[in-house]
Amino acid sequence: MSQTPTTVREDAATTATAAAKPRPARTGRPRARAGRAPWEEPPTVIGQGAKGLTLAGVIAAVAVPLWIIGLTSISTPGAVNRAGGLVIWPDGVTFDAYQQMLSDGTVRTALMVSFAITIVGTLVSMIVSVTAAYGLSRSESFAHRPILTLLIVTMFVSGGLIPTFLVVTGLGGYDQWWALILPSAVSVFNILVLRSFYSTTSADLIDAARLDGAGDWRILWSVVLPTSRAVTAVIALFYAVGYWNSFFNVMLYMPTSAEKWPLQYVLLTYVNRGNGLPGSLNSGFGAANAQTAPLTLQMAVVVLTLVPLLMVYPFMQKHFRTGVLTGAIKG
Amino acid sequence: MSTARSERGKSTTRKNGAVRLNWRVRLRRDRTLLLMTVPAVVLLLIFNYAPLFGLVTAFQYYDPLIGVRDSEWAGLAQFQQLFHDPLFWGALKNTLWLSLVQLVLFFPVPIALALLLNTVLSERLRNFIQSVVYLPHFFSWVLTITIFQQMFGGAGVLNHFLRQNDIAPWDITTNPHTFALLVTSQAIWKEAGWGIIVFLAALAAVNTDLYEAAAVDGAGRWRRMWHITLPGLRGVIVLMLVLRLGNALTVGFEQFLIQRQAVGHEAADVLDTFSFYYGIATGNYSFGAAAGLFKSVISLLLIWGANKLAHAFGEDGLYRR
Repeated sequence: MSQTPTTVREDAATTATAAAKPRPARTGRPRARAGRAPWEEPPTVIGQGAKGLTLAGVIAAVAVPLWIIGLTSISTPGAVNRAGGLVIWPDGVTFDAYQQMLSDGTVRTALMVSFAITIVGTLVSMIVSVTAAYGLSRSESFAHRPILTLLIVTMFVSGGLIPTFLVVTGLGGYDQWWALILPSAVSVFNILVLRSFYSTTSADLIDAARLDGAGDWRILWSVVLPTSRAVTAVIALFYAVGYWNSFFNVMLYMPTSAEKWPLQYVLLTYVNRGNGLPGSLNSGFGAANAQTAPLTLQMAVVVLTLVPLLMVYPFMQKHFRTGVLTGAIKG
Repeated sequence: MSTARSERGKSTTRKNGAVRLNWRVRLRRDRTLLLMTVPAVVLLLIFNYAPLFGLVTAFQYYDPLIGVRDSEWAGLAQFQQLFHDPLFWGALKNTLWLSLVQLVLFFPVPIALALLLNTVLSERLRNFIQSVVYLPHFFSWVLTITIFQQMFGGAGVLNHFLRQNDIAPWDITTNPHTFALLVTSQAIWKEAGWGIIVFLAALAAVNTDLYEAAAVDGAGRWRRMWHITLPGLRGVIVLMLVLRLGNALTVGFEQFLIQRQAVGHEAADVLDTFSFYYGIATGNYSFGAAAGLFKSVISLLLIWGANKLAHAFGEDGLYRR
């Protein structure tokens, strides 16, 4: 093969950032804000109706389950009984489930653990990715080609699950916090996205800073980062979502330490698999004797895993769009 | 710093006339930049490159107490055992079948959705719909599967409704025979909305003058879609197809791991879960590593082959020719 891996197209992966990278400016006219072009035929009633129904169906497919789960989590036991399960129409509202859950016990610990992993993990990932992206972004810098190749190769070849597991446990990672963060801290794809933005930072700007006596750390912090805020925010949020959602490394590296489990693993064990919640939430002690948690509690756990995502989502979207726009202008 | 930056020191002149500094000078000049790449490089060396060498365990009878260096060599015995294992062939069959089902049922959905969304004239409505359909992409698999369980499981909304109306309940979440449909609908629900992004970007790049010209020439909206819109999407569609084919052996690991208990291993074991359950969970590391290595090698061949195919279609594929 004559091609080198460095010519990989960065839009190849279908992840989020695919649209946040610089891409060539759109050809043709900007699309009309509203209204139909004069040459277009008038819409048919059936066509419009079918379109409306399909789109409404698509939205309902996302919104209805979330509505039902959210409503059940704040329903009174009576409402759940009357509905015979999940509650579809409001019928008695109480926040008991949340109060009970957050007052003490497994779920509160898990929530703390999840936040801690997400915050620390995102920090580590961002520091490593931003410095690497800037370090590789100056053309003509020493050895940046081979280092880039070294990074990109890992996108195509990996040792796989078991050798990775053996390396991590061999380093003493079993039951350790770092095993949940470091093995997946670097996303080469994210580094490539950041790098493609950083390398479009005006060389004049950087040279000017250098003449003023700024070193590379200073340039990264005061010149490059401020001019690429949107993409940096998008990447940080994607790392954060990744950490928040991860559960498999818990299964691999700390399957038995229930007090260290993050929320996703608690969701899997006590809601998805219906094991009893240990501790104060039920009468029995230990997973074997405990009863499955009441439905409202289960749904409250689901909502808890959702809420942080929903909270950052609008923020992420705003930046997401800015990222796309910056990409279009710079590209 | 500034003296190092200036073109002092030995330098060679390249053919194109550009001055290239001596490597020592460049190393000194760029030492901070190099230092910045160190954390990423170290992490990748430990967690991505070291496991590559760990693949030798596939050719051993690896014993964690003895270590890689002193474990007994097995030659190809692990692979022999693998290829005589009906469970392995079952997992391979499941993987390929699920991949095929997803290709047929999942792949067209984002394209259709993007085309549909592109015809919505109100920018506000378009943005709203996009925000809603992108959302499930950010949900974890645990969450997604829990939601499906609550909607379609034995005690879920659908079956409650069916029982109330005296219709036989239909529990799709524990039925191995319909498992392919279940996982594909989960994948569509979670990822199809997000998948439209690339197609929308490609649609925005289609020259709108073409539509007007075609309309003047008497082409209706369907003919315009066929002759202008779809050719405009061709490159992206081929790229996505190449990616899908290259990843044919990866059908979504966590999704199967979580649901294996509910539908049983015969339906839910794919290559990735196979090497997890028969490698790590049973402590038979070498056997699992052999299964993983088999998958990696075939996957690399698939990516390479899919790219060849894309080049044959005159498209760029994953990497350019």
